[in-house]
Amino acid sequence: MPNLEHPAYPAATLLHLESLVPCRESQVSMLLSIFGERQQFSFPSIFIYGHTSSGKTYVMQTLLNTLQLPHVFVNCVEYFTSRLLLEEILIQLQSCSSETEQTSRVPCDNFNDFVRLFKQAVESRELQDQTLYIVLDRAEQLREMEANILPAFLRLQELTDRNVTVVLLSEIVWELFRPNTGCFEPLTLYFPDYSIGHLQKILSQNHPPEYSADFYAAYINILLGVFYMVCRDLKELQHLAALNFSKYCEPVVRGEANERDTRKLWKNIEPHLKKAMQTVYLREISSSQWERLQHDDGEPGQLKGLSAHTHVELPYYSKFLLIAAYLASYNPVRTDKRFFLKHHGKIRKTNFMKKHEKTSNHLLGPKPFPLDRLLAILYSIVDNRVAPTANIFSQITSLVTLQLLSVVGHNDQLDGPRYKCTVSLDFIRAIARTVNFDIIKYLYDFL
Amino acid sequence: SPKKRKLSQKTVNYFRERNNASEDTDLRFVTCQSLWNQIKSETEQIQEDLNKQLFDNLVSFLRRSHSEFQEKTTEWTCQMKSREIPTAALVLGVNVTDHDLTFRSLSEVLQNSITPYIALLEAKDCPGIKNLMQKLMGQLMNCYVDADSLEDEDHVQVSQNRIRCSMTSIISWYQNITKKTDSETPSKKRTSSSRHWQSPPVVVIFKDMESFTTKVLQDFIVISSQHIHELPLVLVFGIATSPMIIHSLLPHSVSSLLCIELFQSLSCKEHLSTIIDKLLLTAQFPFKLGEKVLQVLINIFLYHDFSVQNFIKGFQLCIVEHFYSQPLSVLCCPLVDTKKRVNSLSHDQCENIRRLPSFRRYVENQVSEKQILLLTADNFLKEITQKLLEDLHVYHENYVSVLRCLHVFTSSLPKYPLGKQIRELHCSCLENRVWETEEYESSLQLARMLNKSDLVTMLQQCVEIFVSSSGKEFDKTIEKLKEFLTQFQELEEAFQEQDGSVSAQKELQKKTDLYHLQKTLLELKESRRSKKLTKFEMLRFEVVDYIDSLVRTYLVPADHKTLHEIMYFNTASVLRGHLNAAPRVALHTALNNPYCYLKNQALKSDGGNISNKAPDICIVYKLHLECGRLINLVDWLEAFATVVTAVEGPNADAASSDQVDDIIHARFIRAVSELELLGFIKPSKQKTDHVARLTWGGC
Repeated sequence: MPNLEHPAYPAATLLHLESLVPCRESQVSMLLSIFGERQQFSFPSIFIYGHTSSGKTYVMQTLLNTLQLPHVFVNCVEYFTSRLLLEEILIQLQSCSSETEQTSRVPCDNFNDFVRLFKQAVESRELQDQTLYIVLDRAEQLREMEANILPAFLRLQELTDRNVTVVLLSEIVWELFRPNTGCFEPLTLYFPDYSIGHLQKILSQNHPPEYSADFYAAYINILLGVFYMVCRDLKELQHLAALNFSKYCEPVVRGEANERDTRKLWKNIEPHLKKAMQTVYLREISSSQWERLQHDDGEPGQLKGLSAHTHVELPYYSKFLLIAAYLASYNPVRTDKRFFLKHHGKIRKTNFMKKHEKTSNHLLGPKPFPLDRLLAILYSIVDNRVAPTANIFSQITSLVTLQLLSVVGHNDQLDGPRYKCTVSLDFIRAIARTVNFDIIKYLYDFL
Repeated sequence: SPKKRKLSQKTVNYFRERNNASEDTDLRFVTCQSLWNQIKSETEQIQEDLNKQLFDNLVSFLRRSHSEFQEKTTEWTCQMKSREIPTAALVLGVNVTDHDLTFRSLSEVLQNSITPYIALLEAKDCPGIKNLMQKLMGQLMNCYVDADSLEDEDHVQVSQNRIRCSMTSIISWYQNITKKTDSETPSKKRTSSSRHWQSPPVVVIFKDMESFTTKVLQDFIVISSQHIHELPLVLVFGIATSPMIIHSLLPHSVSSLLCIELFQSLSCKEHLSTIIDKLLLTAQFPFKLGEKVLQVLINIFLYHDFSVQNFIKGFQLCIVEHFYSQPLSVLCCPLVDTKKRVNSLSHDQCENIRRLPSFRRYVENQVSEKQILLLTADNFLKEITQKLLEDLHVYHENYVSVLRCLHVFTSSLPKYPLGKQIRELHCSCLENRVWETEEYESSLQLARMLNKSDLVTMLQQCVEIFVSSSGKEFDKTIEKLKEFLTQFQELEEAFQEQDGSVSAQKELQKKTDLYHLQKTLLELKESRRSKKLTKFEMLRFEVVDYIDSLVRTYLVPADHKTLHEIMYFNTASVLRGHLNAAPRVALHTALNNPYCYLKNQALKSDGGNISNKAPDICIVYKLHLECGRLINLVDWLEAFATVVTAVEGPNADAASSDQVDDIIHARFIRAVSELELLGFIKPSKQKTDHVARLTWGGC
């Protein structure tokens, strides 16, 4: 295990740091050597990437905080416009330089202003000889902002002529950032995913005070055995560990087993965890409901998850509109005659098909159709006469707002709007069943 | 207030416009208003009761959701668990028009019991995260100003643009506010804490979850989850379709930040049933809906929108229309007032009564002296009218009870020949004599086959209905029903004593070989066929016959009753014209038959020929109806010119050469472009000088 070593920092601090960032020692030592000593200029911009919860944000935060390096930490999702982002950086700069004085916030509209104000802010601080770190978390959002923001951040050191380093954190690779016009290439650093061993080690670190570390480590081992296949998100795993731990302890608390009785404990917890994977993990039922269930020893079967409520009750004509839309979306136009005219004659499917229609329309997804076709199909599938009242038209619009249909093309197109039906086959079959309409008989794919 | 009075004065004038003063327009207007107000408050009360359960659940969820925030627990599990944003998924059904009212009362309830900080967001206001934050901050900070006194005027004056719309501003605002309530004087604090806690949650309601874009929702949830420790946020998702939409809108990485609990509101159909039950099936309100009108309203509800609000609006329209168009509706008032009103009727109004079809029928059935009196003496007429109105009231009271009683029977029959819902039964009773219908016959057949326990429970329910009813004639009925019940009781006791038939059955179980089994079965069958009806069966027949007799006496259709026109609104065509807007039909009528709207005698057309006095667009429209999908403009113009110039007769004919007049040409072009604007045609690229038709058929 590589011990962190750096001449600029006391060994005790480094040791403390090392204990805080398990399994990320090599990355930290790499960063330390790039940073150099406090007053030394560092590389102008560093790009760190890696999967969700590979410790990017956590490592940067702990590193900067434990070594007490001057820094600004900003989340680009939260500050969604360039103006907000720049102002936030300036505000944080002001507040960390002088605690007492809450100066009026200066409007900062563009990068030019930012460079000027940034120089002022650094000037007023006593830390001029130290490197200032600006960390931009979720940096992929920068691409959505004005085109100059990202290149300017990358060479901020050069633009301001101050001792500053910009660190970008992102989940995607640098290649997706690089602007067309070219820019200063940052130093890229990859944080690999935690392996199962790493996860085991990190998760077992925070064991509850009432129980021994070994006991908790055994629990984590079982937990990972169930969840590692579907979830490698450290945060989520920790959450799940905390949620289910009380159930794991149950036999011990009741005195039926002691802490070393791993097999018995495993038998107790394993089905429980499997159930959790199908419910809590998918957020089918909420974690507080899960806890209450555990507490009351109830069966999760009584609580229906979100997906259990698929039934949607619709007005009578809306149902037929939706069915008509589904037919229009999944049947080729030429087949309408065959399905909806009384004397269509016998048409064999094999002769009738064109080559490209041999593939199932359900695999290709819904096709757009004009309003007229929808209404024509509607009139032929509804038994009684439907007057084309405003009610029918407004029902189409409400189906669109309910996301059961979607408008294709421009919203403001008045003549001949085109729609797509976005519901699934199962859904439409359930709807059709309630109005006694055998939809399968009308679908070209199922002929 | 004077303004309101002025407004109602104006409305009175509308009432007057058509009718002469002798028909009590003012009184009718006042009656209409008071009746509507009564009904309105009743519906609000119903809504409140229906939502109570849902709101109670929501409130307790909100109370629970941030208890950790209150107590600041240091327990291990609480530290290790990631803090999720408590989220209530509120499934409200597809009747989006009703949701506004629900959300309004929800925010009222929350304001009264949980927190003053509520923001209602709509998708159309939030195309981006920036707009969402702006809207959110605007609502939160305003509500703060409303809730508290106006001590920080300067706070309000800071314009929206000056405040940085970011989560940090909201957090600092929240901290300021909660700190202020903490440092308030103790007396003041007590009053505030009696309603809210020290750090009440901030509730953000997304009214229409489906319409929000995924990006906005995701960003907002990610941002707020980072600050959940500083800001106790609770989200409420208003969902119209199914909770599945959450999973389709939010990826797992985002939905894992939420702690979602599901809440389901009452279905709109049940809501409607309650409304009908409380508003229509009661003798409380004198105003009634006729069968056709009720059918129109229910059809709009079931076929088109599922909106209870629209149903109530339609009901309101019926009331207004009734009081406006029926001069005698002045008598449509609570029974206590009728006497006074009948006595003060003018002669014209008496004539109006005489003209009523139902009254004429009544007169025809009287002896001749009485007929003369009724048709000549106003005073005698008033006396009789008063009596008839009282009869009508009694009829209503009895009708409702017997209808409910019949519903008890029909609603448990297999296949529901008379409908599952009481409203269907009500409609068929209003339509014609229900006992003459086939469905009634078959339901009686089925009722004769009910088993005993069902029958007993039904009878008990009927007894309850009659006991609680306001009708006075039911003492005997109750007695009779109770007698039936005791007879059933006795029957049971008697049955326990004699168990002859049971022994036969027991023998049946002993037999094993096929031959004997068949033989005994046959014997049993024979005996059953030949046997007389058992006591139970006799009793069952009696009960059904009794119910049948009740139905025949009390469920007479309303339009067989004298003076029913006063209470019943039955002009469904008017209602249909108002509620079922048919834009295409209206447009077609206007263009095809302009007389319908313009009322110009010259335009009165007879059949298919095209009048040249009609507006140009009508001529162009009629000509285009005769064309196919593509219309040749030159031919069209020529036909137009022919029609227009036909008026000038032969002398103009001589003047016109093959060249079309410039003015006519211009008129034609204008008419065609008007038609294009209305969406009947559009320019086509398939053929030069052609336009495409966008409508099919004659309409």
